[in-house]
Amino acid sequence: MPSRDKSITDMPKKRSTFLLSVLCFGMAFLYIPMFLLIVYSFNYSKIVSVWGGLSTRWYISLFESEEIWSALMLSLKIAIVNATFATLFGTLAGLALARFRHFRGRTLFTGMISAPLVMPEVITGLSLLLLFITLGDLIGWPEKRGITTITIAHITFSLAYVAVIIESRLSGIGETLEEAALDLGAKPLRVMMDITLPLLAPGMLAGWLLAFTLSLDDLVIASFVSGPGSSTLPMLIYSRVKLGLKPDINALATMIILAVAMGVLIAGWILIRQQKQRERDAQLAGAK
Amino acid sequence: MSTQERDAFLDRPWKDSTAEPFIRIEGVTKRFGAFTAVEAVSLDIYKGELFSLLGGSGCGKTTLLRMLAGFEEPTAGHIYIDGVDMVDVPAYARPVNMMFQSYALFPHMSVEDNVAYGLKRDGVPKAETSQRVADMLSMVELLELQKRKPHQLSGGQRQRVALARALVKRPKLLLLDEPLAALDKRLREQTQFELMNIQDQLGVTFIVVTHDQEEAMTLSTRIAVMDHGQIIQVGEPSEVYERPQTKDIANFIGTINMFDGEVMSSNDSFLLRCPKISKPLKLPSQTELNIGQQVTLAIRPEKIKMTLEDPHDPSRITLRGEVLEFAYMGNISIYRVKIEGEVVLQITIPNLDRMAERKIEWDDQVFISWHPDNSLVLRD
Repeated sequence: MPSRDKSITDMPKKRSTFLLSVLCFGMAFLYIPMFLLIVYSFNYSKIVSVWGGLSTRWYISLFESEEIWSALMLSLKIAIVNATFATLFGTLAGLALARFRHFRGRTLFTGMISAPLVMPEVITGLSLLLLFITLGDLIGWPEKRGITTITIAHITFSLAYVAVIIESRLSGIGETLEEAALDLGAKPLRVMMDITLPLLAPGMLAGWLLAFTLSLDDLVIASFVSGPGSSTLPMLIYSRVKLGLKPDINALATMIILAVAMGVLIAGWILIRQQKQRERDAQLAGAK
Repeated sequence: MSTQERDAFLDRPWKDSTAEPFIRIEGVTKRFGAFTAVEAVSLDIYKGELFSLLGGSGCGKTTLLRMLAGFEEPTAGHIYIDGVDMVDVPAYARPVNMMFQSYALFPHMSVEDNVAYGLKRDGVPKAETSQRVADMLSMVELLELQKRKPHQLSGGQRQRVALARALVKRPKLLLLDEPLAALDKRLREQTQFELMNIQDQLGVTFIVVTHDQEEAMTLSTRIAVMDHGQIIQVGEPSEVYERPQTKDIANFIGTINMFDGEVMSSNDSFLLRCPKISKPLKLPSQTELNIGQQVTLAIRPEKIKMTLEDPHDPSRITLRGEVLEFAYMGNISIYRVKIEGEVVLQITIPNLDRMAERKIEWDDQVFISWHPDNSLVLRD
């Protein structure tokens, strides 16, 4: 018997060393490159891969670089406008998918909404480029490609993601709450404002953030539909890589990592607070 | 009509052929594609009734309720509420409120706002709204929890909020979809009586959908038993229990023992020749039967008497049997008795006397007997 007791107490310990090493390996794999990037952003040397002592000169040069700032601002502008419109249209599409069961062309609509999710980006980009050129020739709009065409292109594919999020959120909520509001005398538009939209708000926020990220991240489609003088940040970084990397890109990347880390920390903090609130509510419900 | 008769009709308007029904369902059919959920249902429901739609899952009871609420449109037929045809009236304009099975409380609103929602939509003045909400919440004993959100309430509290929200608009008709299904047994029994009291106080007509026959029996003035989209029997709980019209109803509502056989006649009454039992069983009088007809004799477990000695009562049917097993339930005991070596009957005996000299137990040889008029004849 003692030997069995021992094996029981030993088991979790052994497993935990194994798990711990796997965890460390995975974490290292994911985060060492980023760590190196941060370290090298403080590198004095002009050559990215050679260490030349500590310095913040690339941060200074970053803040002085007109080109990078304007690219960043352009990317943010496009991302915000894109996210807003994609959320608007995506929500409408999601509502149509989840709440209108029978309408002519429903299957076609469903397929067309989800097509951008699986379509290779090069094809989306190329087809949009052709569309813009044809339109420009036929009706004179868009005159030239730039911020407008990139934004339109981004909206077309990110609204598909928003529509999927909204649809699944709507099926999760179910129709009973809307029926209950109807039953209590609210007309359909009123039900939308009072019940559907408030309950959909978290889904819409998630959709907005996803569309924002997708836009900020996109290189391929933007490359197709952008014009002279309208380089987004990913396009700028990519062209820099081709021309030979300057360490100020490391500094920029470090700043982006910092921003993302802050975002994740804040989100985590909010989640923990909500969790605690839920536990308190559950206790309250059980108390009486 | 004598005053006595009229008084009887006051409580039972469905017995009065001149009474005007409050809800008239006329030949209502609902199809979903090729599937017929409700088929040619006609039903009259009177003011102040607590009417139950009883049936298993998929029998069409919820679809019928949803048509009354206005969430589904009948494929054919008409629904009149208080004399008004409801076909073109949308759900939000009907004088009907519903209590949903899942309660459907708005999760982002407090208890108070949930209850006030319907009054706000009707444009009831603020002061009156808060007064009526407070009155309703105190009636369901939730006044001190009015600021809470639904997820901060227990199941029973949510059920009461849902009831208050549906009643605060003083609807002419309240629809309840499995109102007690989500509650545990003790709470369910308690809430049953609360529901009946509230219904009595407010005089609102209730239509309850339920799959629980006990619930339907205790709550209702009348029950409509549904199966495969059709109504197979309508009646007061005692009628449905004592005089079920088909084998299915008899089996669905409570337990019943059945003997299949062929009708034969003796000098003054009809007998049933049952191939599994050696002696013919006397059928209840006042039943129209033909000789040679195949029928089923049915008898409820509590209507059978079980004794250790032969009762020697010529008016009763007496058979010999052997106790196979029994279950002590506290108030009653349930016995399974094998008669004639083949047929097993269920018998319930109330535990009236704690000091009974000799309890009937396993393997006891017993006499079972019943009066023919307590049995039923069922046709397929």
